[in-house]
Order: sequence, then structure tokens, then C-alpha cells
Amino acid sequence: MTEGLRTAIESGRFAVTAELDLPHGIDPDRVDAKARALSGWVDAVNVTDNPGASVMPAAMAGSVLAQRAGLEPVMQLVCRDRNRIALQSDLLGAGLLGIPNVLLLTGDHPRFGDHPGAMPVFDLDSVTLVGAARALRDSGRLLGGRTVAPPPSWLIGAVENPFAAPQRFRAARLAKKVAAGAEFVQTQFVFDVPMFARFMADVRDLGLTDQCTVLAGIGPIRSPRALEFMRSEVPGIHIPDDVVRRLTSVPSDRFAAEGVRLCAEIAAQVREIPGVGGVHVMVFGKEGLVPEILETAGIGPRVVGGRLGGRLGGRPVGRASERGTRNVG
Amino acid sequence: MQVATRAGWPRPYVPRLSARLNYLLHRLLTPNRVNRRLARWLETHRRAGRAFTATEKAVKQRAFGCRMCGQCALPATGYACPQTCPKQLRNGPCGGVSPDGACEVYPEVRCVWVVAYERAEAAGHLDDLSLLQRPVDHRLTGSSSWVNYWQGRDEGLWADPEGVRTRLPIWPTTASAA
Repeated sequence: MTEGLRTAIESGRFAVTAELDLPHGIDPDRVDAKARALSGWVDAVNVTDNPGASVMPAAMAGSVLAQRAGLEPVMQLVCRDRNRIALQSDLLGAGLLGIPNVLLLTGDHPRFGDHPGAMPVFDLDSVTLVGAARALRDSGRLLGGRTVAPPPSWLIGAVENPFAAPQRFRAARLAKKVAAGAEFVQTQFVFDVPMFARFMADVRDLGLTDQCTVLAGIGPIRSPRALEFMRSEVPGIHIPDDVVRRLTSVPSDRFAAEGVRLCAEIAAQVREIPGVGGVHVMVFGKEGLVPEILETAGIGPRVVGGRLGGRLGGRPVGRASERGTRNVG
Repeated sequence: MQVATRAGWPRPYVPRLSARLNYLLHRLLTPNRVNRRLARWLETHRRAGRAFTATEKAVKQRAFGCRMCGQCALPATGYACPQTCPKQLRNGPCGGVSPDGACEVYPEVRCVWVVAYERAEAAGHLDDLSLLQRPVDHRLTGSSSWVNYWQGRDEGLWADPEGVRTRLPIWPTTASAA
């Protein structure tokens, strides 16, 4: 059993999270199989909330299954499908179930999903949802004013896309999320390391790495089709030309291997950037690839014979006690 | 068909007037004894109140693409209306904006927050974007935001319930991007 995301963050140990894609059908054993592939290699797994605005089993159910399989879940919660009543209800539900981490996002627009005619809710945005979660956890207070005792205790995460316009707003927007209460952040896929390094320079400049652990998003592109899909169909993913050239210049039977190698190289590179406290691996259902990527990147498993694998990396962040009393302004 | 299927969602709107002029015009709206009294009068005289609200709507629809949320955030967003974002985000752009600034839902138009950023920067009001915006109070939808402003109903719009400083030092001193 790994020590988990909170321990990694509080001790400044390099953290690893990965995405656990739930199966479309109702087969809990498949969740188990996916969990086994990740077990020992990650501090926590993200259970996505109807990603890409397409209907999937509930993230809360998936989080419980991940817990049963011995993994620590990060329950994702998006603003697209629920108003502030349902969002806070799910936050409380996660608390009741002992889900230790939540990740709060705006969510893709229904336009991109399998129900484009659905009502887009967006009653709260990601910043106000983070603020609501922090008030709920630290003061037990709901947005409407009523208090809840005892309050939930999950760790609060957010996301940021360092590559989207306006670029100078990106670290600033993260600052708003940190001010609102985010304690860790996972980024969009990093394929452009220099651009990500510039974002991290802004993040350090604002002093955010002392209050919030940044996990760089990484993932392999394993086929020309996946490359095309990520470039044109998924909003907010930036793949620079040199990466495209590198992947398309290898013979098609070696495309997948090259994609995995590139991902591992990026993982090793972002790890050297000051302020990066971990990586978040997104493998689109190929959980079996995660150990290979981490191993190649020199990150290693989380626990080897009772000792933490991989060398220590990332900058230590403030202890929980400091963060609890920090002046968030 | 593409456009028809998206017709119902808010669509980013490019404001008609320069940000600088909007900031100047805003001074006319600053609450004072006269407009506070007008606001009270409008609320007790329904027909006049409706006419006033309709006028505000016509003017602001043309100028900003106003959707009458009744709690105007324009002075804090470079006068680019965040309610015209398809996700109606009031605290900054989503992660789906393309690197060249196109909206993810309407790729043929620019993200309203990219526009807001440029306008606020041009007018020297970049710091306004760092305000933490509270969630919209849907009870005010359709009402006059000017009347609400004069009556002090949206006073808490930019405050934070936890006492977080409303203006954060969020702009990096090192320019990361051109």
C-alpha cells in the first residue's frame, strides 16, 4: 500500500497520479484489472467525471471501486452537469464515503460529447467550486450559509492548461484557484516542455509552489489516429511541430513505441523543472503502460520492499499546519 | 447546421466601444443620491421600471451582447461580458481556448476572456481580472443591473466569503509570453 497523495504532497516527495478510465459497461472486475496494473506505481488515481461530455458511470461509484481495489481515488467533479446544490451534495457524498481527494474542474462543453443537445449547467465555475469546497471543508459551511458538522476532509485539487490563450492569464488563473483553496493542480498534457517551463517560471514567481503542488500532465500518443484526434478533436491540447515530426518520421509499426518513449522523456524533463511536484499520467484506458513510462523516466514504483522508489524530486511544499493557517491573500 | 445546433448557447461578443471609453462612461453610473433615489422610484413604479430595464437591455445588448444577468461584471472584465462565454465563466477563461485565442465552442470567434484580457491590459486595468467573482445569483436574472448596483445589491459580487483579499497579486513580473 502506498502512502497516498496527501503524504506525498505534505512531505514534498515526487507524486504520481494516473487516470483510471472506467469501462463503459457494467463490469466491476474490469475496474479491478485496471487498478491492479497501477497498484504500487501511483499515489492516487483520477476517476473522471463524464470526460469529453460523454456519459460514463458516475465518478463517485468508480472512486469507491478504486478504493476497494486498494487505490486512493481522486474523484473528479465538473461544473457542466450540476448546479451548486448537486455539486455540494456530491462533495458531501465523497466525504461520507471517505474519498480522500477531489479534483474540481469546469468540464468540457456538451458540444464535444455524445449528448450535444444536453443543457450545459455551469452554475458555478471551477474557481467558485474550489472556493465552495474549501469553505465546506475548513468551516463546514455551504454556499447557502448552512453549516455541516463534522465537515469532510478531502484534499482539494484543480486543473490548469498552461498552453491555452491568453498565456499570461494561465498562472494568474491558477493563482485565483490557489487563493480560492486549491492544494494541488494537475496540468493539461505537456508536449511543449519549453512553454511549460515558462509557465512554471510564472507559477514560481507568484509563490504558488509553496501553497499548491503542481503535477505535470503527461501521456503517450500511440498512433497517427490518436495524434490527429488530440490535435483536432480535444480542445486545449497543444502539440508542437517538432513533436509531430518526430512521431510521424518513424515507421508506422514503431509509432506506438516512439510515443511511449517521448512521453517518458517528457516526464524526465518536467521533473527537472523547479516547482514541479509530480506527474499525472493520462493513458486513455491503457493502464498497463504506466509502469513502463515511469520506469523509463527513472521515476520508478511508489513502494519497493517498504521503501519509496525513485529518487526524491520536486520542491517541498508547506506543511499541512502552515497551509491551514496561511494567509491566502 | 453547425451554427443552428449551437444557436441557443451564449456566444462570445466583441464589445462595440473601447474599454477606455467604457471606463469613462462608468463614472456616470457611480451610485449617488440622485440615482439611488431614481432606483427606489423605479422599483415602486412598475411600468417605468419595466421601460427603464428594457432600455438598459437594448443599450447593453448592442454594446456588450448583454444577457441580463442583473449583476454586471463588466467593470471588472475590461467591459467584455463573461456571460457571453458559452460556459458563462466569470473568473477567467476555460482550458479549451486554442493557442491562437479561439473559443472552443465557437472556433470562428475569439474567446471572450482573450478579448477581456486585451481590453483590460490596454486600459491599464489588468488587476481587475484578479478579483474573485462570486457565483451568479439567479434571482436577479432579467432585472436591471443598474438599479441593483445603485441599490447596493451586488456589493458582495467581488468579495470572498472567507475573507480572501479580493485583489490578489496574481500577475507574474516575468513576462512568460509575448
